[in-house]
Amino acid sequence: MSASAAAKAPGRAPLDLSPAGTAAPWGRRVRHQAAFEARIALRNGEQLLLTLVLPVLVLVGVTRVASLDLGEGERPALAVAGVLALAVVSTAFTGQAIATGFDRRNGVLRLLATSPLGRSGLLAGKVLAVLALVLVQVLVLGAAGALVGWRPAAGALLAAVPALLLGVAAFTALGLLLAGTVRAEGTLAVANFAWVLLLAGGGLVLPSPLGAAGGLLPSGALGDALRAAVGARELALGPLLVLAAWAVAASLAVARWFRWE
Amino acid sequence: MAVGSAPPAPADPAGAAVEVRDLRKALGGRTVLDGLSFRAERASVTALLGPNGAGKTTTVACCEGLRRPDSGSVRVLGLDPHADAGALRPRVGVMLQDGGLPTGVGALEALRHVAGLHTRPLDVGALAERLGLTSFARTRVRRLSGGQRQRLAVACALVGRPELVFLDEPSAGLDPQARLAVWDVVREARASGVSVVLTTHLMEEAERLADAVVVVDHGRVVASGTPEELTRAPAALTFTARPGLPTTSLLSALPVGAQVAETSPGRYAVTGVEVDPRVVATLTSWCAGHDVLPEGLGPVRRTLEDVFLDLTGRSLR
Repeated sequence: MSASAAAKAPGRAPLDLSPAGTAAPWGRRVRHQAAFEARIALRNGEQLLLTLVLPVLVLVGVTRVASLDLGEGERPALAVAGVLALAVVSTAFTGQAIATGFDRRNGVLRLLATSPLGRSGLLAGKVLAVLALVLVQVLVLGAAGALVGWRPAAGALLAAVPALLLGVAAFTALGLLLAGTVRAEGTLAVANFAWVLLLAGGGLVLPSPLGAAGGLLPSGALGDALRAAVGARELALGPLLVLAAWAVAASLAVARWFRWE
Repeated sequence: MAVGSAPPAPADPAGAAVEVRDLRKALGGRTVLDGLSFRAERASVTALLGPNGAGKTTTVACCEGLRRPDSGSVRVLGLDPHADAGALRPRVGVMLQDGGLPTGVGALEALRHVAGLHTRPLDVGALAERLGLTSFARTRVRRLSGGQRQRLAVACALVGRPELVFLDEPSAGLDPQARLAVWDVVREARASGVSVVLTTHLMEEAERLADAVVVVDHGRVVASGTPEELTRAPAALTFTARPGLPTTSLLSALPVGAQVAETSPGRYAVTGVEVDPRVVATLTSWCAGHDVLPEGLGPVRRTLEDVFLDLTGRSLR
């Protein structure tokens, strides 16, 4: 056998194992993790159904069914606002809870906690991944909204940014709380069931049937804040404060009760 | 022969790779670690050998910063696994017993992901080729066989070019070829200055791969040393002669505690006594008295398995 053939023989690729363990910078690690998680979510059929397909179908449905009360204002804008709220819950809560729950069961969280990413980097990566996915949802649902007659007023989406960010914070924390305290199968069931419940009566897509009490739910507050922003270009301080309170409370609960294994 | 040069291990090379002292840990009311101490030297392979439930995985988890011991001290590369976690994570590679690999991505995508968290990772393609990952490079991790996942997990532990790597049962579920491939890479890592701490319950792995063996049972170290040291004391003296020798009179000539058995027709074994020159002399003079030529007479070394079973008991638990 010639020397070059020997060099190409399987199992003999040159490998320099000499120690040189240095971590990539924090920001790059977090972006790397976020891109990884977002890629997984965008390739997962069930996740896509939950985060894009169903919200689009709900958007078409609520704009067509005139008997549904969407609240005061222009109908397509209110429908887009409600569906954005639903989309945030799909990605930040249901999708994140299920993915994290199974990662926890499979030891992925423990392994990544020993990598240069660490626990804080892992959490930051998850939040950044959710933000990236929500951005994709805003673009897709905005485009779908335009097809059903939404003509966004200038600044409508800008006004929605605080509500979207606080909604992501509150529902990501709630999703992590669920994933970090309940076993994976339980998380799967609860996260999906909660999505249906919140869609039906949580004040996301339609104003909450519970009235003022519904506005204290994170879902009702998110729906109200987005309807005010997209429908009337207003910052609804009350709902935004409710969302902020949920975000803080749920984050503290995650810090207190989240179990890595 | 190892490929690549072997620069000296960097940073405080004087200290041990891992030093664990009097580690205690209870989980769910059960004592898992009961005063466990050991030291793993740099640029060597240290095997924690013990039956299931002995406390090997918990020990390693304390070293990796995944568990906090109830008491005792752990130093990893001279640092504290919790207080100095940020400094240690880039320098320490970890393979968990249950894998911990992301399941929704392709095998090499998972490996590239871990590599991307480091600035100077190994060449993913070369590592994949060495560990035989290329044939399932694009297969989703959840569809891999146990042995394939195992090799991928070893690759993930090494890809960041760590100074120290913890491998929790790296050979579990591997076929012989894959096991040899993993052993080769581990030996090569050691030759490059990497310290390796692995757990196993495979005697052959400890015997052939490890520079030092730490036998763990019931959360304590019951023996430690090189495989050579642990198996030094001969266990028996065996020879072949005609069947049916009157061994009762031989027994009375030997020291108290000795046993003589005809293990199969014409095969004799003297056990239960330290095999020293006087025992050999007693045996040969008894043979001379009985006009017996003891063919193939010689001491039989204990295997690591004999040592292990003597230390940890032979009954199932």
